[in-house]
Amino acid sequence: MTSLRRRLVPYGLLGPGAIWLALFFVVPMYFMGEMALRSGTFDTGFTFAWEWSNFADSLDGREQQLIRSFIYAGTATLIALAIAYPLAYAIALRAGRWKLLLLFAVVAPFFTTYLIRTIAWKTILADASPAVDALQLLMLVPDDGRVLATSGAVIAGLTYNFLPFMILPIYASLERMDVRLIESAKDLYASSTQAFLRVTLPISMPGIVAGVLLTFIPSAGDYVNALLLGGTGQSMIGNVIQSLYLQQRNYPEAAALSFLMMVVILGVVIAYLRLAGTGAFMGDEDEAKT
Amino acid sequence: MSVAWSWLRRNALLLYAAVAVAYMLLPIAVVGLFSFDRTRGGELDYTWSGFTLEYWRNAFADESVNDAMIVSLQLAGLSTLGSTILGTLMALALVRHQFRGRRLSNLLIVLPMATPEIVIGAALLSMFLVYGLQLGFQTLLIAHVMFSISFVVVVVRSRLIGFDRSLEDAAADLGARPLTTFRTITLPLLAPGIVAAGLLAFALSIDDFVISNFNSGTTETFPLYIFGVSLRGIPVQVNVLATMLFVVAVAGISLVLWQQRRAERMAEVRPEPPVGTQAAPVRPIRPGQPTAT
Repeated sequence: MTSLRRRLVPYGLLGPGAIWLALFFVVPMYFMGEMALRSGTFDTGFTFAWEWSNFADSLDGREQQLIRSFIYAGTATLIALAIAYPLAYAIALRAGRWKLLLLFAVVAPFFTTYLIRTIAWKTILADASPAVDALQLLMLVPDDGRVLATSGAVIAGLTYNFLPFMILPIYASLERMDVRLIESAKDLYASSTQAFLRVTLPISMPGIVAGVLLTFIPSAGDYVNALLLGGTGQSMIGNVIQSLYLQQRNYPEAAALSFLMMVVILGVVIAYLRLAGTGAFMGDEDEAKT
Repeated sequence: MSVAWSWLRRNALLLYAAVAVAYMLLPIAVVGLFSFDRTRGGELDYTWSGFTLEYWRNAFADESVNDAMIVSLQLAGLSTLGSTILGTLMALALVRHQFRGRRLSNLLIVLPMATPEIVIGAALLSMFLVYGLQLGFQTLLIAHVMFSISFVVVVVRSRLIGFDRSLEDAAADLGARPLTTFRTITLPLLAPGIVAAGLLAFALSIDDFVISNFNSGTTETFPLYIFGVSLRGIPVQVNVLATMLFVVAVAGISLVLWQQRRAERMAEVRPEPPVGTQAAPVRPIRPGQPTAT
């Protein structure tokens, strides 16, 4: 009796949450796939018909947006990594008593709505704003050029909005590092650069891998930055899906495109994890400790 | 000259951190600044026209802004409650118990975090459409609890992994029943982790736009309201309320952090380490180990 009860305890704890996730994450994925194979119109209703052509139709004429999504997201991820690594390093290893304050500043943006932050960037990057004047003075933007409604503005928005997701995992991996490892490397006559490349960087790798994924995935699916900061020539695949679902109400084609996007992103993620060779993202690292 | 140069070299990384953090806070400063902007017609026009306290004095004058904020706060409150309970139980199962189907459960928790929001929103909408469910507050709540659970599990789990179980063993040795031990030892020690997870769930919910945009029907949360008016003209009150929310959040977190430090100090049974070694990790007490330093 007791042994049976003991064995049932974990399922009792796990059950409610697992059921919620199954019902409202897994099952909806099934319905999205099913919706993608329906045919019909909004007025007559959509019926299931193995309509495979939805997939081809959904991509037709939207190659540009698809490619753009991956280029924008990729660029934003790389810039975010470049900004985040030194910052995470400084917070984890050099900040001393400023550590908590800096960490706090990193997550502070979360407490103003995503949308408001993006609109704030629209204000900052508006034509003839002080920031744009400064960029023109530095010859980074032509005198008669603008920043809003360019690819640069969308990439800048993506970089900014998902930056904390890059900083926090890298910070967490550096924070856990034993500083004595660097000291011993130096005792063994490693230069600072060597110590960084051979000790610090490998230790922070799981953080980098997790950060890259957590930045790339939401960036690739984003449509708010392209909508608010970009022009007509900057729309991403998220904008297409959004418009198909909520404006054109062509649900099957919208579902087909979402499905394809998920498959492509999953493919990229799996390939990347194979390459990076780490289970950090799955929490395996933490698992090993218990 | 060389003194300045060497100082700069030593502190380059910290100077960089200061600049980077300033960059991260810039939009928030802009939001706050423009809540004092004297604009024509009471709508934001992205240019500075002079200082006024008018909109702070009439912070709650715009009914539609208030309504949207109330919906957001209710939604975030309920979603935080639901996801924190469900997520904490899941974390307990994953860290404390061995069972079949553990890998599968891990996958179930990680996948929602690895899926773009737009796909989650689209999939939920597909299901609600097939079932002909009325979109509104309920569907928003379902979605918000769903996408918050995973983050709660991750936060609570990291707290549980660093958990000193000898305190529970001690309680059991002293004859406490499992439920009593849980209530008097486990829960209080776990509280900071649960509070942190709850704060994160609250922030995620109040921040969410993409998934809500798909599943809201005619219900308007604060972000959805802002999106709706962003094309017409945003009332300055939006910035006022956003600034208020930010200030309250900052105050709340400071309070939690302060509490957490206090709780950690109380959990340290060992005497305070000497000054200068405060960063040293707290070693768990093991039987047979001398308690005095």
